[in-house]
Amino acid sequence: MKMIKQTYRDALRDGMSEEMRRDNEVFLMGEEVAEYQGAYKCSAGMLDEFGPKRVIDSPITELGFTGLGVGAAFMGMRPIIEYMSWSFALLSSDQIINSAAKTYYMSGGKVGCPIVFRGINGLGKMVAAQHSHDYTNMYANCPGLKVVCPVTPADAKGLIKASVRDNAPVLVMENERLYGMEGDVPEGDDVLVEIGKARLVKEGGDITLIGYSMSVLECEKAAEKLAKEGIDAEVIDLRSIRPLDKASIVKSVQKTNRAIVVEEGYSFAGIAAEIMAVISDEVFDALDAPVERMSLKDIPIPYADHLEQASIVQAEDIVRKAISICKR
Amino acid sequence: MAGKSAAKKKFNLVKSLHNQFTKDDLLEKYQTMITLRRFQEKVGSLYQQGYMGGFCHLYIGQEAVVTGAKAASQEGDDFITTYRCHAHAAISGIPMEEILGELMGRSTGISKGKGGSMHMFDPKKHFWGGHGIVGGNVPLATGMAFAAKYREEDRVTLCFFGDGAADSGAMFESFNMAALWKLPALYIIENNHFSMGTSRERHSAGEFYKRGEPFGIPGKQVDGMDFFAVYEAVTEACEYIRSGKGPMLLEMDTYRYKGHSMSDPAKYRKREDVDGIKGERDPIMQLGKALMDNYKVKEDQLKDMDKKAKEEVKKAVDVALDAPKADMTGLYTDIMQSNNE
Repeated sequence: MKMIKQTYRDALRDGMSEEMRRDNEVFLMGEEVAEYQGAYKCSAGMLDEFGPKRVIDSPITELGFTGLGVGAAFMGMRPIIEYMSWSFALLSSDQIINSAAKTYYMSGGKVGCPIVFRGINGLGKMVAAQHSHDYTNMYANCPGLKVVCPVTPADAKGLIKASVRDNAPVLVMENERLYGMEGDVPEGDDVLVEIGKARLVKEGGDITLIGYSMSVLECEKAAEKLAKEGIDAEVIDLRSIRPLDKASIVKSVQKTNRAIVVEEGYSFAGIAAEIMAVISDEVFDALDAPVERMSLKDIPIPYADHLEQASIVQAEDIVRKAISICKR
Repeated sequence: MAGKSAAKKKFNLVKSLHNQFTKDDLLEKYQTMITLRRFQEKVGSLYQQGYMGGFCHLYIGQEAVVTGAKAASQEGDDFITTYRCHAHAAISGIPMEEILGELMGRSTGISKGKGGSMHMFDPKKHFWGGHGIVGGNVPLATGMAFAAKYREEDRVTLCFFGDGAADSGAMFESFNMAALWKLPALYIIENNHFSMGTSRERHSAGEFYKRGEPFGIPGKQVDGMDFFAVYEAVTEACEYIRSGKGPMLLEMDTYRYKGHSMSDPAKYRKREDVDGIKGERDPIMQLGKALMDNYKVKEDQLKDMDKKAKEEVKKAVDVALDAPKADMTGLYTDIMQSNNE
């Protein structure tokens, strides 16, 4: 497969653009997506190519334009609704949960909702608590929604394309710190990443490090450092939180007999708790040590750099934890 | 709308509408309204007998609004409303037995027993629900209108909601976008004077029909108890919208005779208030009077139509009661639309 080097941001843009070329019913709406070229430049050039009918600057009214997108999706259109941040999208959570997620069931399968909601999620850099929150667990908790968290540029493109073509509502959780990162992206209009499949980032035999979104990068760094300590860690990027690829988790833990789950958000009623439950339910007998989780500190995220850094899980923390588990 | 001049105005309106309605047309509208009334009364009594549960919001008193709006809209226009949706569903063409089936959790229910009283849909009949969050259907309607304009289809979205929802931010956010992008949406506030148990005076500042003014959306107050007034206003509004000028807003001054839902004894208002409106402004009585005064219809004929309505409702109830309970296999279906559908 031919690869090109691209930033996450450009891969995302190309993925959306390809789908818009493929299907006239796809449109992009959100704050600053058109003339400004995207608050984070994820839609650079799209207004020029598709015009104001299909790349639409919305007012700063998340509830309203989300509901508009859902109404258009009821009619069979395939909107991409961009949020400047999932923190702002809280205002639209009524329409995402009550309308997008539930109408298909409540109508006995008569009214579908093929829509994509996307934007930055989790921690930025020194933007304080109202702009630093991972909402993945909140939406993944709700039947009727799919939730994906691409980390690599290739997955950003492959998953946004799969999300647009999916008949269910899909939430794409991105991260501001990922947008500038480069990676190899396969060329081709029909290269999709299947929603619901985890990515095996690195094979290993001693312990499984499971992450999603930014935490995958910390797991990767930790695995490199652990190798120097003689510990061969396997790294799994969940990629999709709902549906969850239980099989990949089970297969890995069966091999390594140990696991750490690293999450972007808070531990209470969080994603890691869910993964730990899966391991406990399905592969308990294979465990040589209790599964551990590492999460954000249980505080609203502070502004100052050193305080913020102390709130999040760093590669060094994972290394220490992994050593303590493997040498127990 | 009381007094001599109003009565005269109404007579003129009926005369002016003579050309548009034959006697048979109007008899059909009367039949529709009396059937909706008897249907909703029956739902109320079945609820009290324990045939259904949960929330149940009846439409009794407001029949002229959906009947007039339906008559004035075109084939292919879309309806979307709130949880008080039985009449909107029925007038869109969903058979009463399927509505009753839904209410009673039967296999024949329009939503397979998964939606209940507040959630009924049939896109093929251009009826889009049935939404339970106050104000929530207004952005949805705006999106439907957006889709119609995007696809260059000649269809208007008629969005019904109550005076309570007319306070919501969702409505104002929708008005802003609909006006900005000139979307073919007709917003119809069914002002039944109560936001659940809070009276219009206590829950809302200003006038409802002026709520679109800051956005340049023309609004009009309409006697929502008068079929002809509703018909005329919706006809004009749809013409305006179809000409590409953008959305319009109509405030239907109407009244609900029953409580907000079946659990509400409506102690926040006096019995005389309800009786007064029933006696003077009842929509079915008014249309009956117009038929007798201007179309030489005899009272007996109206009584026969009432009898027919009761029979139709009874037939629908029998069919609904005959159906088995909604199938358990439906529990885990329709959660997410698969990519093969």
